[in-house]
Amino acid sequence: MKEEETMINPIITNTFRFLFLALLQVVVLNNVGLLNLFNPYLYILFILLLPFETAPFYVLLFSFLLGLTIDTFSSTDGMHAIAATFIAFIRPMVFLIITPRGGYEHQTSPNLKNMGAPWFITYAIIMVFIHHLILFNIEVFRLSEFFITLARTALSSLFTLVLIILSQYLLSNSKTR
Amino acid sequence: MRNLGIFFLRYYSFFLFLFLEVIAFSMLFNSNGYQSASFFNSSNKISGKIFTVSSNIQSFVNLSIVNDSLSIENARLKNQVLSERYSNKINTGVYTDTSMSFQQYTYIQAKVINNTILKRNNYLTLNRGRIHGIRKNMGVICGDGIVGIVKDVSDHYCSVISFLHKDTRISAQLNSTKDFGSLVWEGLNPKIGNLRDIPTHVKIKVGDSVTTTGFSSIFPENVMVGKVKSVNQKNGDNFFDVAVTLSTNFSTLRYVYVVSDILADEKIKIEGGRNND
Repeated sequence: MKEEETMINPIITNTFRFLFLALLQVVVLNNVGLLNLFNPYLYILFILLLPFETAPFYVLLFSFLLGLTIDTFSSTDGMHAIAATFIAFIRPMVFLIITPRGGYEHQTSPNLKNMGAPWFITYAIIMVFIHHLILFNIEVFRLSEFFITLARTALSSLFTLVLIILSQYLLSNSKTR
Repeated sequence: MRNLGIFFLRYYSFFLFLFLEVIAFSMLFNSNGYQSASFFNSSNKISGKIFTVSSNIQSFVNLSIVNDSLSIENARLKNQVLSERYSNKINTGVYTDTSMSFQQYTYIQAKVINNTILKRNNYLTLNRGRIHGIRKNMGVICGDGIVGIVKDVSDHYCSVISFLHKDTRISAQLNSTKDFGSLVWEGLNPKIGNLRDIPTHVKIKVGDSVTTTGFSSIFPENVMVGKVKSVNQKNGDNFFDVAVTLSTNFSTLRYVYVVSDILADEKIKIEGGRNND
């Protein structure tokens, strides 16, 4: 199973994932939601799935570029770049906090299939929630709306998480068969 | 010096992080300034092209709704044409001097190629730009009501701050009493706006129309905004907070008009560079 993944060039996979998720976000997902409370930001799946051994330099740079791309299409002036760069920066610390019992194996990407559901979901919850919290608070930039922003963060995080987990199950099933 | 180099190498990811965040924050805080940094904006060529394709696909789905709203607007405009009226007035030989009046507002037709309504701050992208005469801070309206204000312009596209944005304040009035206040959006329901600063002595009727005042050079006077839904008063506050059902349906917005005011520059100049709204 692991050999299968290394056979595809990770640069090509990740470039494709970058473009696909960015396009999906700006064309479709920016318009999917309910009552201004649920609005998913699936594009950060790219940052979540970068291989473990990717140098921090590239993680930061590509996350920044991805955020900037989303900003460009949504007229949000750097808000996504701020949030995406931040979760790229804390990614190694999150890895440290939630180290699995056996430690990390090299050459693998932190996805659901490699790491198992409990680890991956914990990882995704932390990253998604922090990203959404920063993004929504910068967007509103007002303390008077703090609680409504918190509700928006929690509900949108839930939506994004569901999409992330769903996409992981769909993709890993198609690969193993 | 060598130690400093080692220090930077060791913590390079932290410094890179700081560097990137400084760039992103400076973009955020300069966004209301000049056109310099506006490439990273939905009015640029690449995003314009992509949004044009995706809006062409979407327009198949919405076609019937759009047609209905356009035909309703046509009927409304036809009712305003003078030849449709029976006039009791007979020509008494007095002529109107047309040189004493001119058209202050002109309307540029545009198509919405991208629009969001689900965020706290929403933006639209239109398929018209500088070469069609669009400038920053022009108003955007549709057949039903107000839409937003132009934020950035490229040659062929412009991005518009939707009314559904935390910073929009539209000067609006109650149609029956002409009391005015500023209309804002509280961020939850894209169908409801809030009219603030109406003094408590005013008698507000539920269902009364709310229209623009024309105090700013952005929107002409008497553009429909919505209807009064309910009136609230917070404890100890001297002003009403009026919930207004917006007449614009932002979720099906397809064709809009950009308002160009010939006298805008002159008005801003005499008011000392301020542009209300």
